[in-house]
Amino acid sequence: MTEFFGWGRYPRYPSDVLDPTSPSELPSLMASHTGLVARGNGRAYGDAAIGEKTTIVTRALDRIRAFDPATGRIRAEAGLLLSDLLEAMAPRGFFPPVVPGTKFVTIGGMIASDVHGKNHHRDGGFGDHVESLTLALPSGDVVNCSREENAELLSATIGGMGLTGTIIDATFRLRRIETGWMRQTTIAAANLEEALKALRETNNAAYSVAWIDCLARGRSMGRALIFAAEHATMQDIDALRPGAERFAPSKAGRLSIPFDLPSLTLNRLSVAAFNEIYFRSGSLKAGYPFLVHWNPYFFPLDGIGAWNRIYGPGGFLQYQCVIPAKHADIALNTILDRISHRGIASFLAVLKQMGPSHGDISFPMDGFTLALDMPINDTVLALLNELDKIVVEFGGRLYLAKDTRQSPATFEAGYPNLSRFRDLRRAIRASDRISSRLSLRLGI
Amino acid sequence: MTTSPKTLLLIGGTSDIGRATALYYAKAGWHVFLAARREDEARRNADDIAARTGSEVTTHRLDILDTQSFEIFLTGLPQLPDTVVCVVGELGDQAFGQKDSAHATLLLRTNFEGPALLLGLLAERFLERGSGTIVGVSSVAGDRGRGSNYLYGSAKAGFSAFLSGLRNRLAPAGLRVITVKPGFVRTRMTAGLKLPPVLTAQAEEVGRAIFNAAEKGGGDIIYVRRIWRPVMMVIGNIPERLFKHLRL
Repeated sequence: MTEFFGWGRYPRYPSDVLDPTSPSELPSLMASHTGLVARGNGRAYGDAAIGEKTTIVTRALDRIRAFDPATGRIRAEAGLLLSDLLEAMAPRGFFPPVVPGTKFVTIGGMIASDVHGKNHHRDGGFGDHVESLTLALPSGDVVNCSREENAELLSATIGGMGLTGTIIDATFRLRRIETGWMRQTTIAAANLEEALKALRETNNAAYSVAWIDCLARGRSMGRALIFAAEHATMQDIDALRPGAERFAPSKAGRLSIPFDLPSLTLNRLSVAAFNEIYFRSGSLKAGYPFLVHWNPYFFPLDGIGAWNRIYGPGGFLQYQCVIPAKHADIALNTILDRISHRGIASFLAVLKQMGPSHGDISFPMDGFTLALDMPINDTVLALLNELDKIVVEFGGRLYLAKDTRQSPATFEAGYPNLSRFRDLRRAIRASDRISSRLSLRLGI
Repeated sequence: MTTSPKTLLLIGGTSDIGRATALYYAKAGWHVFLAARREDEARRNADDIAARTGSEVTTHRLDILDTQSFEIFLTGLPQLPDTVVCVVGELGDQAFGQKDSAHATLLLRTNFEGPALLLGLLAERFLERGSGTIVGVSSVAGDRGRGSNYLYGSAKAGFSAFLSGLRNRLAPAGLRVITVKPGFVRTRMTAGLKLPPVLTAQAEEVGRAIFNAAEKGGGDIIYVRRIWRPVMMVIGNIPERLFKHLRL
């Protein structure tokens, strides 16, 4: 028995561990165990990757099986880390079609959570780029899933939180990049209305994301910095940073949080002070494009090792909701108003535009998503229950990869294709054999 | 004029150290022949290394206990490699081997007989050609026998002595033989063991140390983490009348 927990360090559950070193071991492991789920690198915040009885650790299944430089097509085992993939491929001019906010995730985890990036409004989620995948079913049978073959199983597995089987490998295409730099433009928005407007206006940019000051109140409520970016061309280098190395190495972050900080470190005052400085310094840069390496642009927090310890030993949670486009303004206004009045100090608050998604229980939908980090305490939990009501009222939903606390009712209200997903789970006997702490909690 | 890439024969191509070493060589532009008993598992590593580096990697079936097959194995390689690295090793179960001669035999043959005979045959071919580098991964466990792992340790001691003798014989011809003693390495072989972090290397460190020693003119006998040299010096110098009572 091993104690497992997610990136939020809460909740914790014991589970038996299976640690296959080859995909060839998976069929018999799947067929001989129940109450199990696969786990990647443990970056889901809550209880998604903890098996009811058994957890299959997939990190040893980390081989790239094929790569064609002519097309960018790659086949990789599910346990491959995105950071490994980037290290091997970015210097050669290839970049994944979608990357989430951390590179310390596995390919299998990226599919199971149908992760979204700063380009979701244009390019969809990672799952949309999966051409095919190999899945070990609960029976032990291994099947190939693509848009032509076992298409229903593919739609259920993309965003399916590992609840249809264990992903063995996946095929997708990397995109060509001319340089390892991003050409970034910052836009300062004085309040939520401006922020949403700026995000809508930058939706022709390849990537865009807004950092939001969720402590600002009154007329400044929702003030934000919008970071829009494109992969830089050689011309951009010549114009903005002449002489820069085309594929500069990414410097590894040296800062690491070695132990749990006292819970008081992040409070309303310290976060408000940080936000003030951050907003002002960002505003100064607004309007002028500049070059930034892909690593800090996409993965700013990966530079700080174990940053999940800054909330102290009690752990923390991330609240991420998405609201349909037509209700986004009013719903987000209401949500921010509640948060800023309670003075909950969120270290990280991110606002993004999203497009539709295609997995049965994928998170993204055409609209806006807001993500907030929060310490775990009674005030926060009470507030989040209120926010859930707002999200449901406006037809939104919560991201399962970040969830630790939503109720089954909130979940069911947000995921209209849930019954199809459940039917498929029954049909392949996953409902009796594959269960995570998340699926138990939400009755998936 | 283009020079053809150098070639590495990696014996033990499914081990973590083997994978890391082959990857390090491939990153430097070498072509790799991966030899292993389980060829489908070697294929996974070969695919991975080829995809990550663009280098050519082929797989070759080899059972280190099937010493009769070595000549055929060597003849079947695409060419005689420039460097051979043997990382074959089997820690086994000391307690079981004390009672079970078959298991003890397996440990002695896997850690000593097979690697020594195969590298011996390669040495003859390298001598005939007038070039070639031989790297054998031995173990600090071979520096002094200990009660907890002397079956493995004594086989590695034999292997270290073999490499030492081979080095002595090949040196006049300008051929190099390198003995690598990795110390503790975080791999599948040591999964679940509690290892002191300062003394424990990652597989990638071993790959880099091998490449630097073999291809950049490093030492003849290398400890991957330098701290092992004084540690083994101390362990080696404890008087036997004391040592026999220690539980190391």
